[in-house]
Amino acid sequence: MLIGHKYIAFETIVIKELRRFSRIWIQTLVPPAITIGLYFLIFGNLIGSRIGSMDGFTYMEFIVPGLIMMAVIQNSYANVVSSFFSQKFQRSIEEILVSPIPNYVILAGFIAGGISRGLAVGAIVILMSFAFTTFSIHSWIVTILVVLLTATAFSLAGFINALYANNFDDISIIPTFVLTPLIYLGGVFYSVDLLPTAGRLVSSFNPIFYMVSAFRYGILGTSDANILWSILMLMVLVFLLFLVCIALLRKGIGLRH
Amino acid sequence: MATAISVKELHKIYASGHHALKGINLDVQAQDFFALLGPNGAGKSTIIGIISTLVRQTSGSVTVFGNNVATHVYETKLDFGVVPQEVNFSPFEKVADIVMTQAGYYGLPRSLARERTEKYLRQLGLWEKRDNRSRMLSGGMKRRLMIARALVHEPRLLILDEPTAGVDIELRRSMWDFLQKINESGTTIILTTHYLEEAENLCRNIAIIDDGKIIENTSMKSLLNKLESETLIFDTCDEIFTHSFLGTVRGVIRILDTHTFEIDIGPDYDINQIFSCLNGMNIKVKSVRSKVNRLEQFFLSRVKSS
Repeated sequence: MLIGHKYIAFETIVIKELRRFSRIWIQTLVPPAITIGLYFLIFGNLIGSRIGSMDGFTYMEFIVPGLIMMAVIQNSYANVVSSFFSQKFQRSIEEILVSPIPNYVILAGFIAGGISRGLAVGAIVILMSFAFTTFSIHSWIVTILVVLLTATAFSLAGFINALYANNFDDISIIPTFVLTPLIYLGGVFYSVDLLPTAGRLVSSFNPIFYMVSAFRYGILGTSDANILWSILMLMVLVFLLFLVCIALLRKGIGLRH
Repeated sequence: MATAISVKELHKIYASGHHALKGINLDVQAQDFFALLGPNGAGKSTIIGIISTLVRQTSGSVTVFGNNVATHVYETKLDFGVVPQEVNFSPFEKVADIVMTQAGYYGLPRSLARERTEKYLRQLGLWEKRDNRSRMLSGGMKRRLMIARALVHEPRLLILDEPTAGVDIELRRSMWDFLQKINESGTTIILTTHYLEEAENLCRNIAIIDDGKIIENTSMKSLLNKLESETLIFDTCDEIFTHSFLGTVRGVIRILDTHTFEIDIGPDYDINQIFSCLNGMNIKVKSVRSKVNRLEQFFLSRVKSS
């Protein structure tokens, strides 16, 4: 397939993905905005005012980066897993599978869709946060790099989940029993310095802890983890997940009998 | 003439252990209209799945216009379009978007994709429905939409897996006309169907598959010539006087009512003797028809014996 044709195929998948989550915006964009809005109101505003400062910032300022990251993680994952699995379920994925699109273009198209929804919801959360607090960006480069890498990593993870899923239960198990605990224990609402030694050790094995810390550094300039190490780890994670996705597509796992 | 599809010693064993294909050998010539028939579970859809790369072969080889489907994936996929047995597009998308999207998957520029979408939706009578969500279409329209989608990149080979299942007779016949025109324009067509009348009317060559093996692979004409007997039904304008009639015509005759009788005839039977006999008795024939579809008769006997 010529490069120009590959680009058209990629663009077609991305447009289809954007059209899908825009068409069902009431399911894809509104619920996360309401949930995060409630976090701002209850944890940031009502309870946060009694907590005082954390790492030199008001509690509201402290949780804003974590909540943005939480929205990006959940929505980039959810978009890919639900879209790809739905297409498997309806068998409309066969439209793509019988066409000459290379596997990496298929993957790139779905991942771009996941990143787009993650960033769209992230942008909504940023706008909502201005109703409760103000902040400036400490490092644009780190902020953009971390949010893009995180959205990519969770889109890829969602893709793997969708490949293995056989029914709708299979696409909700990982978000409920793995992602949510990792996000809540990843330092969204607290600094790991508050944890006992054992708690800090456990957090060091949680990849979301590094993502939240690096993103918080990008926005506030403070972090619980080494920034370079966090970004490097994120890059390695994205690379490994990409390789796994390509290998699974090549083997036809969950797609070809 | 070039070979459109060449299947050699094709085996497929599913993960469940089911041996779906047991050494299939099959050649389909370019521009042919080819029927692949067989009872449910015989392996037809597995063959189509392997050609369209949705199913992986266990061993053997499949080439499409000389390109191996396992090694020359890109070249192969450009050459065929598939109309699957079950509806497999998103029910929430608009009719035109489904065809446009498929064109995009083949790398067609937007202007060309738009042009082709209009062309095939018009040819298949769906242009007026282009802005409707696909779930709003009738069963027949959904089938035609799948044909339009499969043709949008103008493949040399069109594979149709039971394209007229559940479609009313009027629509089925209009689809036959459309497919014949596509075939006449040079597109090779492979068809699986449960309507044997459809295969008999459309296809020039035929293969019958049963239990993962090809049990017949020949031209439609020679296949029908193999029929050992056929039952013809005669409707007459005048009343038949049973006893006098029975003695004068060779063959097994059954009188069905005063104006209808049926007769079993072999391949060498001279049907003119019946007309001469009836003429001699001043009985005019209103119509003559085959009791069952000839291909159906052959198909049933062949599958039963295999």
